[in-house]
Amino acid sequence: MYNFNFHAASSLDDAVAKLGAAEDGTVMAGGQTLIPVLKQRLANPTDVVDLSGIAELSGISASGNGVTIGAMTTHAAVANSSDVPAALRAVAEGIGDPQVRNRGTLGGSIANNDPAADYPAALLGLGATITTNQREIAADDFFTGLFETALTDGEIIKSVTFPNATKAAYAKFPSPASRYAMVGVFVAQAADGVRVAVTGATDCAHRGPKLEAALSANWSPDALDGITIPPDHLNSDIHGSAEYRANLVIVMAKRAVAAAG
Amino acid sequence: MVENGIGASLRRKEDNRFLTGKGNYTDDINRPGQTHAYLLRSPHAHATINSINISAANSAPGVVAVFVGQDLLDDAVGGLVCGASVTGKGGEVNKAPPRNVLTIDKARFVGDPIAVVIAETLAQAKDGAELIAVDYTELPSVVSTSGADQPGAPQLHEECPDNVALDWELGDKAAVDAAFASAAKTASVRLINNRMVTNPMEPRAAVGEYNSGTDEITLYVTSQNPHVHRLVMSAFMNIAPEHKFRVVAPDVGGGFGSKIFTYNEEAICAWAAKKINRPVKWTADRSEAFLCDAHGRDHVSTAEMAMDADGKFLAMRVSSQANMGAYLQLFSIAIPTLFHGFLLAGQYTTPAIYLEMRSVMTNTAPVDAARGAGRPEATYLLERLVDVAALEMGLDPAEIRRRNFIKAEQMPYQTPVVQCYDSGDYDASLDKALANADYDGFAARRAEAKGRGKLRGIGLSAYIEACGVAPSAAVGSLGVGVGLWESAQVRFNPTGGVTVFTGTHSHGQGHETAFAQLVTERLGVPVENVEVVHGDTDKGQFGMGTYGSRSLPVGGVAIANACDKIIAKGKKIAAHCLEAAEDDIDFAEGNFTVAGTDKTMNIAEVAFTAYVPHNYPEGVEPGLDEIAFFDPLNFSFPAGTHVCEVEVDPDTGTLEIVNYTAVDDFGVLVNPMIVEGQVHGGLAHGIGQALLEGCVYDDDSGQLITGSFQDYCMPRADNLPSFNVDYSPTIPIHNPLGVKGCGEAGAIAAPPAVINAIVNALGIKHLDMPATPEKVWRAAQAAG
Ligand SMILES: Cc1cc2nc3c(=O)[nH]c(=O)nc-3n(C[C@H](O)[C@H](O)[C@H](O)COP(=O)(O)OP(=O)(O)OC[C@H]3O[C@@H](n4cnc5c(N)ncnc54)[C@H](O)[C@@H]3O)c2cc1C
Repeated sequence: MYNFNFHAASSLDDAVAKLGAAEDGTVMAGGQTLIPVLKQRLANPTDVVDLSGIAELSGISASGNGVTIGAMTTHAAVANSSDVPAALRAVAEGIGDPQVRNRGTLGGSIANNDPAADYPAALLGLGATITTNQREIAADDFFTGLFETALTDGEIIKSVTFPNATKAAYAKFPSPASRYAMVGVFVAQAADGVRVAVTGATDCAHRGPKLEAALSANWSPDALDGITIPPDHLNSDIHGSAEYRANLVIVMAKRAVAAAG
Repeated sequence: MVENGIGASLRRKEDNRFLTGKGNYTDDINRPGQTHAYLLRSPHAHATINSINISAANSAPGVVAVFVGQDLLDDAVGGLVCGASVTGKGGEVNKAPPRNVLTIDKARFVGDPIAVVIAETLAQAKDGAELIAVDYTELPSVVSTSGADQPGAPQLHEECPDNVALDWELGDKAAVDAAFASAAKTASVRLINNRMVTNPMEPRAAVGEYNSGTDEITLYVTSQNPHVHRLVMSAFMNIAPEHKFRVVAPDVGGGFGSKIFTYNEEAICAWAAKKINRPVKWTADRSEAFLCDAHGRDHVSTAEMAMDADGKFLAMRVSSQANMGAYLQLFSIAIPTLFHGFLLAGQYTTPAIYLEMRSVMTNTAPVDAARGAGRPEATYLLERLVDVAALEMGLDPAEIRRRNFIKAEQMPYQTPVVQCYDSGDYDASLDKALANADYDGFAARRAEAKGRGKLRGIGLSAYIEACGVAPSAAVGSLGVGVGLWESAQVRFNPTGGVTVFTGTHSHGQGHETAFAQLVTERLGVPVENVEVVHGDTDKGQFGMGTYGSRSLPVGGVAIANACDKIIAKGKKIAAHCLEAAEDDIDFAEGNFTVAGTDKTMNIAEVAFTAYVPHNYPEGVEPGLDEIAFFDPLNFSFPAGTHVCEVEVDPDTGTLEIVNYTAVDDFGVLVNPMIVEGQVHGGLAHGIGQALLEGCVYDDDSGQLITGSFQDYCMPRADNLPSFNVDYSPTIPIHNPLGVKGCGEAGAIAAPPAVINAIVNALGIKHLDMPATPEKVWRAAQAAG
């Protein structure tokens, strides 16, 4: 770790101000991604602004239309909340281990946008909306590439709103070592129709239009029989080749549909 | 019956301190005025070092000193050595390319240390290291075991043409070839024994300290054998003479072999502490552990079996290549040769065996002994080959094993590969394992699983290992540079407590409990009155340390022998006090009794008398404190049968171990609870190798791909079933305690049992480890 200035922000405005004043600042949520990066000297920010003291950034509130979850809400809090729909709870429950779930946050996960992260699939699959200190962003516009999002410099995520879905489920195939998603598929019958989102398979979570079309016609695992995913742009590493991931996309999509009922 | 003696599942005495955070590990040790060392390591797999500029680092804030390889040479510090030399084909001894503590001319693997920065804080040492400018010329690298000796492969050492360190052979080639020529059937398999990173929970660490008043160096270090560390650093590295050098291995959090060896960083801490006259501390981070701890296994082999028409083994032929990494480590040259070849008979009567083993150098971390060391490789190869042979013969895997087993009545049995087994009943352990695993009910379970869309398979592994290392003369004649006896001192204190000094070292095995139970059994003193001390060259006599499941079979016997000396002396004292002849004194359960009378004296009273010898036999020395050294007469041969049952999901290739049955012959169990724990840990290791673990270097760049737990997959609790553990003991004739050793069995037995089960589930001939979901999925697809 290199030296940096540490600031505990007391409010969102305070955080924005401190970040703005820093030469090369970064915010810290649960620190589960940021701290390992700092420890290995892979990043060298001048200032770290800690969001954990900002009450308005955490919490879960359900309305008739859906649920809004504060950016600083931990995975464990989401997994254990009766206000959160079961499919989303299951996503949070399947992230990392108890230590990670009790520190890691929704905002940190989606801001980081790891290609193998779980939450991005849920946000895309449910058609969520991300609220920042500056604007609202649809999930479909938020995840833009490998560790890339639509967030601009100094923009801080406040919360995410997930609309209700009639049916939804997430099926994750964990990579054996890291247990991040080698492939994860979130399926939903959402307000605007069938949504399918895939994570782990490519450089960034994305929707699966072919699968959505098949499931819109027939909401059943069998509807996906015969569909093949071209492996050309899929991730490939020592744990799973592109061909293997292509197979997993279909298998996990079927399992998600079966689980959603 | 003595309470808490041999056979009691006593809770571990050491666990109180471990479970309450009171353990004292090397990294817990901080000395006044301590500095911190950080090593600059090569980012390249292979590169010439043209120059190293340390001037900016030297003047960086907090930096106390910067050293490069030449600084150690200037102080006459020797390089790291291989403590074994093995004679190969044509009487040629293995090549021993030199290794400087800090490499000077060339970097030969990613992580090869080049310079050390010593500073007031670790962060300052790291900052300093970033200021060192090394001018490298990158060279092409070779990491693959089978590619190292190929024409055109980059050459690591001038001393090793074609990167070959040793071409070794064992057995009668002509007899084996003749048997193959006339065999009714043959079986063959080509397999890879995957490279493992040992990954003890506690990373390596060292703290060196120099006392200028006494001119003594103390090194606190994560070691499985502190005396061996001191010996090597004194004799070969010239750090300090043994009598001016104290090595302390305090609590050590796992070793699995990787903490046997002397490493660069430890030598640097000891040497630099004197050089700068301040304590120097180094603790590996996990990335360094992945890069630089000695790795294990890494063989590529072709194995063939010749059989008669009934499936009786006539001969076995093996051609193997073992990866030594970039430099030979302390025992590395002995592992794929002596510790591997001598076990190739397994539990079978195969009359002729021939092994060709080529040890090659590559641009990877050194490879040396790791839990099982050579024996897992032998067992995996043989037990896979036997299953392929069963397939060729159309025989049940249990049946082909039975037909070829050495029978109990044939013991002792001289194998064609040097080892002479002294005990064992392989039919008995197989039968018990099959019964415990309900082998007969498997067909029904397979059918039921099929109904659920799952492929179920069952696999056996009938393993043997050579433990209790080792008879000194035998290993000496083979080129191992040390004796492998063990020592013990049993000291009665005047008030009756017993302090036991053992030359072995415990880094998780529970010696403080099991050894105390031995003393309780032998001397009849309450177990809470026995304290076992190890790990400090200033406290106990010389000892050889812990590895090769030797601590109880060798070290335990030394303790028992020292106890017997105590009893012999105690008899003299008791006879005098009880006014009887020495021959009339019986000793049992802590009491010296005049035979046929009720005249008795407790051993604690005898001890007191020995230290307060007012009424004392003439000619007997005061005190009650005895040393014994024990050199074993033979290896011990734990063996057994393990049965693994798996269910494969053909859609994804994931699998679950639904049943795992172990039946082991460890001889006498001193503490069955600890033994069961060792079996569980060994199985986790073996199952980890079979399914999850595999150290991968990038073929082109030579970079370590599995450099963290994100990519190197350790077994976790949910990868493992609830084990079904049982025993089928026989008593070894060479071990006075009847014990055989149990620490490595699971790691040796499990890999073939698991792979045999997977191969059986898929109906294929072979699948290489680790059987990742993708490999299993592809095999399932291909098999239809
Ligand atoms: C061992 C381990 C296992 C894991 N397994 C999984 C897994 O299975 N699946 C999975 O999805 N993830 C996994 N993770 C990642 C985990 O979910 C992290 O919590 C997450 O990636 C980052 O969240 P955080 O709150 O810790 O963010 P931090 O590490 O604090 O921050 C991450 C990044 O997000 C930025 N950031 C944080 N909050 C905000 C905000 N409100 N607005 C804008 N930017 C912000 C930070 O500046 C930083 O760049 C794992 C992590 C670990 C250590």
